[in-house]
Amino acid sequence: MSSGAPEQTLQTIADIIAETASVDRARITPTAHVINDLGIDSLDFLDIVFEIDKRFGVKVPVEAWTEQVNSGKAPAEQFFVMGSLAQRIDELVAAKQA
Amino acid sequence: MIDRVRHHDATRLVADAHVPEASPVFEGHFPGFPLLPGVLMIEAMAQACGWLMVARSDFSRMALLAKVGEAKLRGMVKPGAALTVTAELIHDGSGYAVLRGTLAEGSSRAAEAELTLRTMAFPAPELEAAVRARALVIGLA
Repeated sequence: MSSGAPEQTLQTIADIIAETASVDRARITPTAHVINDLGIDSLDFLDIVFEIDKRFGVKVPVEAWTEQVNSGKAPAEQFFVMGSLAQRIDELVAAKQA
Repeated sequence: MIDRVRHHDATRLVADAHVPEASPVFEGHFPGFPLLPGVLMIEAMAQACGWLMVARSDFSRMALLAKVGEAKLRGMVKPGAALTVTAELIHDGSGYAVLRGTLAEGSSRAAEAELTLRTMAFPAPELEAAVRARALVIGLA
């Protein structure tokens, strides 16, 4: 199970995205939006989330995040920008370990 | 395509699927050599996986096939075949699930695939009612 500093988590997630969705690794920056900037469609996103779930031993609450964004309760950047996504994953790992 | 659910629990479902003796599907596939198309073998596995996910949600969510991975069509299935379809849960994610489907005729493996399904709340009450009604027929509810 992967865990650790946000930078390490971000690199792991970036590797997953590059491998799963064939995205140029150089484009996956901390400020990149997973869907808007990296061109990942909904099916690739499922594959990515599955890999994250497995790699980190968590269940990424994609549906809850999407609902928060769609209802205006949270900005998309809170979940779907790479740097923020890494932080969210670290929070999920920490919560599971608590 | 699922005729009867024989057994199911939280992570596994086993069902019967009987291939009809006659069907328009066989007319072109193939003349003089009727075979169940591979896509329908996959569809049977997908339906079993879908039923497992519907049952897991206590009939609150539907499941749609999103991805077919590593499908292997090992055997030819002929009209009249009595098939056993099995769905096994690999991972239940948020808004999706990954399962392994298998198809067998007796002791012979016919097909297998890793299937990803999207899961969501029923978009229409008519669909939910139809699913519940079908579940009763096949012995799932």
